[in-house]
Amino acid sequence: MYIKQLSVFIENREGRLQEVLDVLKKSDINIVSLSLADTSDYGLLRLLVTKPEEGKAALLENGFSAMLTDVLGIRLRHRVGQLQELLEVICKSHINIEYMYALSTGTDDASIVIKTSDLEKAAALLQETDVELVKAEEIQA
Amino acid sequence: MIWSKEETLSREEIEAIQLTRLQQTVRQVWEKVPPYRKKMEEAGVKPENIKSLKDLSKLPFVTKQDMRDNYPFGLFAVEKEELVRIHASSGTTGKPTVVGYTRRDLQMWTECVSRIAAMGGATKKDVAQICFGYGMFTGALGLHYGLENIGAAMVPSSTGNSEKQIMYMKDFGTTLLVATPSYALRLAEVALSMGIDPAKDLQVKIGLVGSELLTDAMRAEMHKLWGEDMLVTSNYGMSELMGPGVSGECQYLDGMHINEDYFIPEIIDPKTGEVLPAGEKGELVITCIYKEGLPLIRYRTKDVTRLIYEPCKCGRTTCRMENLDGRTDDMLKIRGVNVFPSQIEEVILGIEEIGPHYEIILTRENHTDRMEIRVELLKATDTFKELEAIEKKIKNKLRIVLGLDAKISLESPNTLQRFEGKAKRVQDLRKEI
Ligand SMILES: [Zn+2]
Repeated sequence: MYIKQLSVFIENREGRLQEVLDVLKKSDINIVSLSLADTSDYGLLRLLVTKPEEGKAALLENGFSAMLTDVLGIRLRHRVGQLQELLEVICKSHINIEYMYALSTGTDDASIVIKTSDLEKAAALLQETDVELVKAEEIQA
Repeated sequence: MIWSKEETLSREEIEAIQLTRLQQTVRQVWEKVPPYRKKMEEAGVKPENIKSLKDLSKLPFVTKQDMRDNYPFGLFAVEKEELVRIHASSGTTGKPTVVGYTRRDLQMWTECVSRIAAMGGATKKDVAQICFGYGMFTGALGLHYGLENIGAAMVPSSTGNSEKQIMYMKDFGTTLLVATPSYALRLAEVALSMGIDPAKDLQVKIGLVGSELLTDAMRAEMHKLWGEDMLVTSNYGMSELMGPGVSGECQYLDGMHINEDYFIPEIIDPKTGEVLPAGEKGELVITCIYKEGLPLIRYRTKDVTRLIYEPCKCGRTTCRMENLDGRTDDMLKIRGVNVFPSQIEEVILGIEEIGPHYEIILTRENHTDRMEIRVELLKATDTFKELEAIEKKIKNKLRIVLGLDAKISLESPNTLQRFEGKAKRVQDLRKEI
């Protein structure tokens, strides 16, 4: 039900993002999706990768502050208002959406990654609707 | 273990020794060191005016500047042929300060360090690894001779090649470590990265640290990494006076015992030069009373401390100096507030989400001082909320301790510089305006 996301702390400094990607490449880890959020000083790089555990180990070894976080992947059909309806379901139950980003977009559907405060409850609520959750196996190799 | 009976004399006995030796030293300097004689003449004081220990305050001070002005041998009290060793401290600005030792000076130095090492728990059974840089610096050789004199097996591994250092510790069964506090932390980090837990897999149980301040927080950090049962003591000295061995902590960790039969301590007001009453805090001034090569009289150390004359629980009666807050040299003036880097260190070591390494960067913008503190993030996180909370926690604690605001920069682990000798953590980029 959950997908393991790799979260990495990076300073806003030239070359740091490149170094993260380099470590992953050397460990033969493929990036399925990523999001980079930053302030003026530092950023958080959130990645869905083929081998999250190995990715975390490789990054720690190379002096990065990295961890795994559970997130939800949701498949959405291309229909006006679908995302809004889903978020309404979640927000009505007083669950906070901490962040979200696009996982992939196809011609028929698109998927997003979402992290909420009570992930278990959010997952249960979503499963009652007609959307499909992305399985971890679809991402991991 | 108490190494020498001179450490347990009564006040009267110790003062009698001090007066005799002080009078001898003053006469020797008057006769052999023209620059100091000139100072005495200007102050209107002659050797025969030193009738009691109180008269010490009539004598002029010697400063580091005097040593530079008389570079290299101008303040020496013996002919060059009497010297058997020369050391120098690397001055970051200007000429180094040079110190020379006669054979008796070296014997005295060895005796002083043996006492300090014994206070810190060293015995002949120890395998002592010296992770101080050997060379012109007095730290390594000073501790080396003192510990060897006790009968410890010496491992003069010096600094650098930290992985090999850990290998020696493991294979030789090192029990005693000599290093700066910051290098001791570094060595523990390297051991852990090699899969060796210093607290469990190594036998190091004694840490004699020096040449850098040992704050309580740093001592706690040493225990965390090297084991709670490690006895970590700090010792004090400076090359101008001899090197390490002026004073050191015993197992009660309540100030550093001064080798008073060789050094007379005084505390002065650094601004007026007046001697302060016993127990007050001020600048430490030391007079060498048994040295031949370079017997400095009333040397201004720039270190801030307080003297304790009550006998210690360990049985020694020698005067103790409180552990230092910092050197007047290291003190930073930020927006008019006096700050010792050690105060910042105490705050940083008390926050578990960040590592023990840090850098302080001072700049000036629009006539206002700005302080940035770089620290390493140890706790991995996925939210900005948590990162901001960590920053805020550091900021608030600093504000309470210093009364100043700082910009906190979080960095990835292992990105800040590591040091093998004295750590240089402050970058003052302010231009005088
Ligand atoms: Zn004691």
